[in-house]
Amino acid sequence: MAERTAPVPFRGGGFQPRPRRLVPVAVFVAVIGLWQLASARGWLPALFMPSPWQIVGALGDMIDSGTLGKHIGASLSRIALGWVLGTSAGLAIGLAMGIFSAARAAGLPVVSALFPIPKIALLPLFILWFGIGEPSKVATIGFGVFFPTVIAAYTACDSVPRNLIRMGQSFGLPAAAIVWKILVPGAMPGILAGFRITASIALILVVAAEMIGAQYGIGAFILSAGNLMQTDQLLAGVALLSLLGLAVSAVLGAIERAVLRWR
Amino acid sequence: MDLRLEGITHHYDGLLALDGIDLAVRDGETVAIIGPSGCGKSTLLGIVGGLLKPTAGRVVTVGAPRADSLNPFTYVFQDFALLPWRTVAANVALALEHHRLPRAERQARVQAALALTGLADFAAALPRQLSGGMRQRVGIARALVVRPAVLLLDEPLSALDAQTRELLMEDLLAIWARERSTRLYVTHNLDEAARLADRVVVLSRRPGRIREIVAIDVPLAERSGPAIAGVREHLWALIRDEARDAEREVQHG
Repeated sequence: MAERTAPVPFRGGGFQPRPRRLVPVAVFVAVIGLWQLASARGWLPALFMPSPWQIVGALGDMIDSGTLGKHIGASLSRIALGWVLGTSAGLAIGLAMGIFSAARAAGLPVVSALFPIPKIALLPLFILWFGIGEPSKVATIGFGVFFPTVIAAYTACDSVPRNLIRMGQSFGLPAAAIVWKILVPGAMPGILAGFRITASIALILVVAAEMIGAQYGIGAFILSAGNLMQTDQLLAGVALLSLLGLAVSAVLGAIERAVLRWR
Repeated sequence: MDLRLEGITHHYDGLLALDGIDLAVRDGETVAIIGPSGCGKSTLLGIVGGLLKPTAGRVVTVGAPRADSLNPFTYVFQDFALLPWRTVAANVALALEHHRLPRAERQARVQAALALTGLADFAAALPRQLSGGMRQRVGIARALVVRPAVLLLDEPLSALDAQTRELLMEDLLAIWARERSTRLYVTHNLDEAARLADRVVVLSRRPGRIREIVAIDVPLAERSGPAIAGVREHLWALIRDEARDAEREVQHG
């Protein structure tokens, strides 16, 4: 008698996110299209929520009048200066804390106490110290970037496998060579992950600082647009921040791909 | 250069790991150290190469190492300990970079070590692109490039599958036929000990003490199958009960 045959049903598959190229584009088109439609039909009050097309128009006006470059330039130069200063100092202290027990014992309580302070709270103090101009804004950004960098750097040092360091010692590498050839490259993934965090912190702080007292800068532009109820310009500024953030993250991604090619 | 271990004793947090190990290793000899897990054999190797400080006892060298030896005590690690961001050639060169050598000689030494380990075609590869066996060949090349007087092999084949292990054992024998060094080879694999060693030091379970030293008289070239079956049996008989106890032990901490 022939036995009945039955195929074993397939039960695997799924739970494996795969890229879908068209979906992101479709989502953007749909959201902006709906928004434009809602504005055109008058479902959205134009005074409080301008249409995408009006926002593009506001951006166009900024380009025509030449203020776009000034605002972006002012914000970018503050971010760049503050970020570089805060990152350099943070890396120096963080690596020292990653290498020397004494530096860690001395630094950790200070870092732990100062890290949770929202750095924008210190801006009034920095204005008293450095004046209302650039230095107080740069100092706020630098300070805000410094602590996360310290933490990223010393935890990244901890994550370097000790067996690699013992290997270096077993070949008689001098301590400086162990730091530069093993510890620092091994800590790079953690340090670069920290850069992503500090870049977004710098963006937040530059806007906040510019809202407190600046003539140019995206934060100042958004604030003055709000004061004049120019919501199209206000949202154009917000869109600029989104583009700025995306650009920074693209640059960091390129750096990561170049530096961490070995991963 | 001969090597003498004199009364090596080591405590870990009050736990006696090694108790009075005395051992003399002759120049050019291959000594395997076997024992059940937790007998302190890797600790002993760490002490010999100066990576661990023994609680008591000392390791002394008798005579000078070869003049061209840049790093007399050189390890091959179980986990390879390769720098993942460096290519194969750069990983090997790491061992030379802090020595004052003419650039040409440095390159020549790296090339020679890569050739000896069959890595010449992989010089530009990154560790992640290599199989476990090839990675350990890089570890071996890096050790040979400094012309060690004493090669300290810490379970070098334990992270590899059985077939790769077999291939690497053959490679090690071929390399050792061409290069003069003394070798201390820590393993828990009796086959490796019986195939590669001139003498096998059998350690007892914690605290590690020397239980017996087994000399293997079979020439290295004839160490296949039946010729060393007796040695293998003997070694297994020595550690079987303790290996069972070690396996049944609950880990503390």
